[in-house]
Amino acid sequence: MIAIIDYDAGNLTSVARAVTYLGYENVVTRDARQVLAAERIIFPGVGAAGSAMTSLKQLGMDIALHDAFQRGIPILGICLGTQIIMKYSEENETPCVGLVPGTVRAFSPDIRDADGARLKIPHMGWNRIELQQEHPVLAGLKPSDEFYFVHGYYPDPLHADHIVGKTRYGIEFASVIGYRNIIATQFHPEKSGHPGLNLLDNFCHWTPNR
Amino acid sequence: MLSKRIIPCLDVRNGKTTKGVQFKGNIDIGDPVEMARFYYENGADEIVFYDITASSDKRGIMLDVVRRVAETIFIPFSVGGGIRTVEDMRAVLLAGAEKISVNSAAILNPDLISQGARAFGNQCVVLGMDVKFVGKRPEIPSGYEMVINGGRRPMGMDALEWAQRAESLGAGEICLNSIDADGTQDGYEISLTSLISSNVSIPVIASGGAGKPEHLLDVLTRGRADAALVASMVHYGAYSISEIKSFLHSNGVKVRTTW
Repeated sequence: MIAIIDYDAGNLTSVARAVTYLGYENVVTRDARQVLAAERIIFPGVGAAGSAMTSLKQLGMDIALHDAFQRGIPILGICLGTQIIMKYSEENETPCVGLVPGTVRAFSPDIRDADGARLKIPHMGWNRIELQQEHPVLAGLKPSDEFYFVHGYYPDPLHADHIVGKTRYGIEFASVIGYRNIIATQFHPEKSGHPGLNLLDNFCHWTPNR
Repeated sequence: MLSKRIIPCLDVRNGKTTKGVQFKGNIDIGDPVEMARFYYENGADEIVFYDITASSDKRGIMLDVVRRVAETIFIPFSVGGGIRTVEDMRAVLLAGAEKISVNSAAILNPDLISQGARAFGNQCVVLGMDVKFVGKRPEIPSGYEMVINGGRRPMGMDALEWAQRAESLGAGEICLNSIDADGTQDGYEISLTSLISSNVSIPVIASGGAGKPEHLLDVLTRGRADAALVASMVHYGAYSISEIKSFLHSNGVKVRTTW
């Protein structure tokens, strides 16, 4: 069973629908015990870091995530979930769950493309990832594959070896983070067509090295 | 860098897709779920549905369409038409849409934009604009006026002022439809698109007038649009989404080429 963590941070049905479409049993849950009993955990989310951390703590999910991480349960972070697993977010100046060392930063309001044109924020739409290292969850993807992003903040891991993929939008930022039994994407694999479904399917088979 | 998005638009009435020419004489041309699947497999970056169902007691049909679409395609899609309250928005988003779009209801009640943005985030709220060129005059400084009811009712509001106000109220994106170009297949309204796109900092989807791939090239470059809506030119099989994308790609526009 795959547990999809529900903590009042956006609509989680699209993640559940994609996992169901791929043929995996899943449950959208607010129950920390159910999360810890799951074979795998998906930690999605859309919204602001401050209110998300408040709900996570009320549900005891911050502690559950730490326990799950220590036990080696595979965890997939998506979008806000990927930011919340970092140590700290500049958004609402929020101390976060802290499974991965690093900070979540805001895009500067005057980021520009190579021609000097001002880029719109949030970074919304389709963009590529440049793999920095091989990872089983990203197996089978083509360099030309693109993924759907919607975000105004981005994760900035402290250690370069936790960066699995990078994306360019005025700056280069970490769009895929991997650390032990965690894999986390800033983009939405559940809204990224076949390449995204491929990634989700890989996650549902993944056995992290202990 | 972000890719320019190509977005097929499906008008849906009583659960069936239609495509009207200048909003008149709509005819049924298919099942929205099957059409969405077809465009998804053909490389659409997003899909827009407009519910043009007239009677409110048949609105539930659209929610059922949204649910079935959400189980079938795994790219973002938005739904507009008939959304007048935050509760209407919530129903459509929970049924599986990524975004909702508001048009005349937002003109009549601008708070709808800020309420929606607060409840679901700016990225969920698309402002649909139907715009007509009327020439510059004191109350319409840009020369482009907001209209509703398929272009029949002028609102006495300047399109550029409304776009900027909607952005400050929390709209996350603008879908900009030129009533003059809509249904002509003679090309998008480039000066309108460029005017709005250069004066807001949210993405602009150009709509109305697409007839051939050159029109998309034009609006995505000179028109400065972030995305382009297509309807008749793909619905009746004259062009496929993948053909349009190959054309844009070979002309130096960054588009998503594998999916």
